[in-house]
Amino acid sequence: MALLAEAKERWTGSINVVTIGAGPSEGGTRTSVVRVGGESSLPFIRFEGETPLRPVVAMEVWDTAPTEWPAVLAEALGEVVKSPADWARKAAEEWGADLICLKLMGTHPDLGDASPAAAAKVVESVLKATGLPLIIWGSDHDAKDNEVLPRCSQAAAGEKCLLGAAKVENYKTLVASCMADGHSLIGFSPIDINIAKQLNILISEMGFPFDRVVMYQTTGALGYGLEYTYSIQERGRLAALSGDKMMAMPVICMVGQEAWRAKEAKATAAEQPDWGDETTRGIYWEYATAVSLLQAGSDILVMRHPLAASALKKSIDKLMS
Amino acid sequence: MLVIGERINGMFRDIGDAILAKDVRPVQAMAEKQLKAGADALDINVGTRVPKAERVEAMQWLTKAVREVTDKPLSIDSPSLEVVRTGLEVACKRGKAIINSTTGQPDKLEAFMALAAEYGAGIVGLAIDENGVAATVDGKVEIGMRTVAAAMEAGVPTDEVYLDPIVLPVNVDQAAPGVVLESIRQFKLLSEPPPHVVVGLSNLSQGASERPLINRTFLVMAIAAGLDASIHDPLDEELMNAMITAELLLNKTIYSNSYLKAYRQSK
Repeated sequence: MALLAEAKERWTGSINVVTIGAGPSEGGTRTSVVRVGGESSLPFIRFEGETPLRPVVAMEVWDTAPTEWPAVLAEALGEVVKSPADWARKAAEEWGADLICLKLMGTHPDLGDASPAAAAKVVESVLKATGLPLIIWGSDHDAKDNEVLPRCSQAAAGEKCLLGAAKVENYKTLVASCMADGHSLIGFSPIDINIAKQLNILISEMGFPFDRVVMYQTTGALGYGLEYTYSIQERGRLAALSGDKMMAMPVICMVGQEAWRAKEAKATAAEQPDWGDETTRGIYWEYATAVSLLQAGSDILVMRHPLAASALKKSIDKLMS
Repeated sequence: MLVIGERINGMFRDIGDAILAKDVRPVQAMAEKQLKAGADALDINVGTRVPKAERVEAMQWLTKAVREVTDKPLSIDSPSLEVVRTGLEVACKRGKAIINSTTGQPDKLEAFMALAAEYGAGIVGLAIDENGVAATVDGKVEIGMRTVAAAMEAGVPTDEVYLDPIVLPVNVDQAAPGVVLESIRQFKLLSEPPPHVVVGLSNLSQGASERPLINRTFLVMAIAAGLDASIHDPLDEELMNAMITAELLLNKTIYSNSYLKAYRQSK
């Protein structure tokens, strides 16, 4: 009998494994498939359990060229932002993305109001351009998403994409589409763990399987609520590991989107001469936000800058080795 | 909270009849019903209508009947070492078992702990010894300490030990529930990791009116004191709702508007 009690936590639960992407043998056309989740301990704490699947890096691609992204980011991405297919191809072939997160911002009534049919065409073009698994995310305008996402879901039927985002006040249309077309689903809750759980219950009540749900609990960037995001994610993960099946979903974080909103990331040297080199500051900001969230248990990190994404992949390699 | 369903017990007429008639259907139906209602484990007790000499065989039959429909932990409920051993043999072929129970006399502790170690089973230790049921907090804690020490000696992890302070009918001794609550608090300080604490809840309201109300009020109080396992009737929906809510209020689970449903769907 040991004199000292063993300090290891013994967890009873584990995170669901969600598969994104389907190859030809499963009725899709993807050349790679991503599996996330499966953790049976807090992230990378190997003596208490397993982190069997590596967290993955998605690169954000828009259906319309962003006009307000900071110059450092826009220059790094270059001309490809004018074509979602080229953007996705470059993210896959040169920037090392594990999967593509296609945001249909151009469908938003205030950002171009592209039609559902046009959005579906974009989805098809991105699927053709790259064999990576695909996340398809609407514009977060509920009424428009309910028109756009079912069309995009059909256009990608059988490809086992990850579609978002379902919210407590607007989930039924997207759940039904994902159920019909074999996709997984992102549940979006505004940094509120109670609502995250409620949404998972509502989704499961429609008969949607647990192992096709990913949680998006809203991301806060470094300096802008990162700690709060961290504690929410950690609390959810602790509950899941303790057996709460309604919280046992992998987590996605919109890192690039949030990090590049921070003034520390986007201010120019002329605006803030004391803040250091503007060409690297934002990249560090995005990277620092991402590696922190890895430790909170994030499974899919959606990035914008190619250098931040590749630095993050190296950190994941180290943590997994 | 580990809910151990109490209904597979020969003391209930339906199960008692089934045991005597060797009819597995009512037993298996009751097992499934309790699990569906949220039981995490099932108590298995052949009752007293089976003659003493036939209880080993009855336990074997009853455990087998339940094991056929679930691999959840089974709590093998008998004071007899032989009856318990027989239940463990069947139960541990597929899944886990909890010995229910040993009393605190040194020879009993030694024999039952050896059995728990042999089968990797949990074990319930009652606050009873050669002097009967310990009536005071000190008396209960002393037996609890002896039980935890015996577990360590036998190589049974302390988080496989379930201390039972013994709940007596409230209409017999009205001061006893308070003593039980304080004992629960002190049991939790006995080791690291601490032992579990379990009660046989229904005994509290034996012979009283308002049985369900008494049971669920006490269960909530006991959970607040540190109780983490209970042998009770999971088919009592109000009781389960009170238990789920108590755990929520203690921040052991995450709130959602459908938290009652979430608990049940998680099972």
